Amino acid sequence: MDAPVMQSPEAGDALPCIDVSAHREAVQIAPRVHWIGAMDPALRSFDIILRSANGTTYNAFAVRGRDGVAIIDTVKLEFQDEFFARLESIARYDEIRFVVLNHLEPDHTGALPELLRRAPQAQLYISTRATSMLKALLKPGNADGDYAYTTVGTGDCIDLGDRTLRFLHTPYLHWPDTQCTYLEEEQVLFSGDVFGCHYCDTRLFNDRVGDFRFSFDYYYAHIMRPFKQHVLDALKLIEPLPLATIAPTHGPILRERPRRYVARYRELSSPTLSLELGTDEHSLVVFYMSSYGNTARMAEAVRAGAEDSGGVRVSLYDLEGGETEPFVDLIEEADGLAFGSPTINGDAVKPVWDLLSSLAVVDLRGKIGAAFGSYGWSGEAVPLIEQRLRGLKMRLPIDGLRVKLIPTDEELECCRDFGACIAAELRGDAKAGAASKGGVVEFEDL
Amino acid sequence: MPKAKITFEDIEQTVNVPAGTRVIEVSEKIGSSIIYGCREGDCGTCMMQVTEGWKNLTEPSVLEEKVLRENMASRHNRLACQAQILGDCAVKPA
Repeated sequence: MDAPVMQSPEAGDALPCIDVSAHREAVQIAPRVHWIGAMDPALRSFDIILRSANGTTYNAFAVRGRDGVAIIDTVKLEFQDEFFARLESIARYDEIRFVVLNHLEPDHTGALPELLRRAPQAQLYISTRATSMLKALLKPGNADGDYAYTTVGTGDCIDLGDRTLRFLHTPYLHWPDTQCTYLEEEQVLFSGDVFGCHYCDTRLFNDRVGDFRFSFDYYYAHIMRPFKQHVLDALKLIEPLPLATIAPTHGPILRERPRRYVARYRELSSPTLSLELGTDEHSLVVFYMSSYGNTARMAEAVRAGAEDSGGVRVSLYDLEGGETEPFVDLIEEADGLAFGSPTINGDAVKPVWDLLSSLAVVDLRGKIGAAFGSYGWSGEAVPLIEQRLRGLKMRLPIDGLRVKLIPTDEELECCRDFGACIAAELRGDAKAGAASKGGVVEFEDL
Repeated sequence: MPKAKITFEDIEQTVNVPAGTRVIEVSEKIGSSIIYGCREGDCGTCMMQVTEGWKNLTEPSVLEEKVLRENMASRHNRLACQAQILGDCAVKPA
């Protein structure tokens, strides 16, 4: 039951026409490895946070070995007919021994209940972190019953007789459950959402489809970017592998020079600001908005205080003169962030909220945060900003600083002290007065 | 009043506290990197790992156990906003 073979072309070969929308058969991506996914060209918005100008694909795969067939991932529920049609073109349900889920999000597990109904003998393999999600997504106790499964981690393998599927534990790319599966004999990496993109092209392979570089980077920026450290950890597992093909769950299958996509992930995940800073130098970005110049004067004093105390490179930005996206880039790599806003009608001003509501794509956990601002009546902006920064999992060791209307020289001195305190926190010597490292501090002395 | 020592491994700092003190009360003052969200045992942000003296903290409540489960906590994780110090222990951000 072999489907049309569409192998990577040799130099000089005429390109065979590939159009998976013209049929519902599986497409071979490597010997006895088939794509059995579905096309969703109409999709324009995904998970609310992503847009696509030409839809997406839900890629699933079948690997045939001497002792049976493994299915790797499924498709979104609405597309399961296409998935099953392609699957049936290369395998019988009673041949399916294993179902591997690299990621349990519904766009990859929608067809799972029906697949397990048709292939009840199949053993389910998920990552060690996926169990609670499996239960939450498939609701055991309903008509589908409770699924038996085996959890696997890095180094675990399943054996198809003459072929081996090896698992790589790659959590948080982009859910806690995510993993990759590697077919050793054909050097195919089934990477889940890693190296994927929302780009629908019926020519399926990266050397046939249109220019999808933007979609690849855009997908990374919205899906993987908050988890850069986890990406770097995963790359340590992926980079040493011989790679003939990367088969992600969305977008083109990467068979032509697949390693460049791995290199692109490393480039996108590697910090760049640290190259600009000196040894033991920390970075602080101060953002502010000002209506009458009072918060601006405070911001300049905060900057001066932090800069003068040493060991901290400070950047000062007026939000009125910039756009959100580059500011998000700055925030991502800064060690500390201070936000200055006047209070207008009991709130911080909109440009501050615009920026603070655009940070879901970056990891802020543990950064030092601080808020300051001038106010006329009540001064709610500072505590509201502080609340938001805490919600973003930043640390706020220094109480916010508020000045009523025009700051006096004395109040500007307080702003300088405020900046110096932020710098001390960034250097890690704020508690130096309490006790040296390794010492014991009395609680009452804190 | 009985005292107990809690060590914050991320900053290599030990604090001598009155027994019954919540970890949150100490960690913020000493500058540990444990981060807090709701501060009332609901969001799971302040999950910490107890590296020593696991049994020297108060038992987790049913609600804390639920939040830990939902956040896929491993065995020696606790919420710093809930756990009270009864004896010597060491913690770090999870």
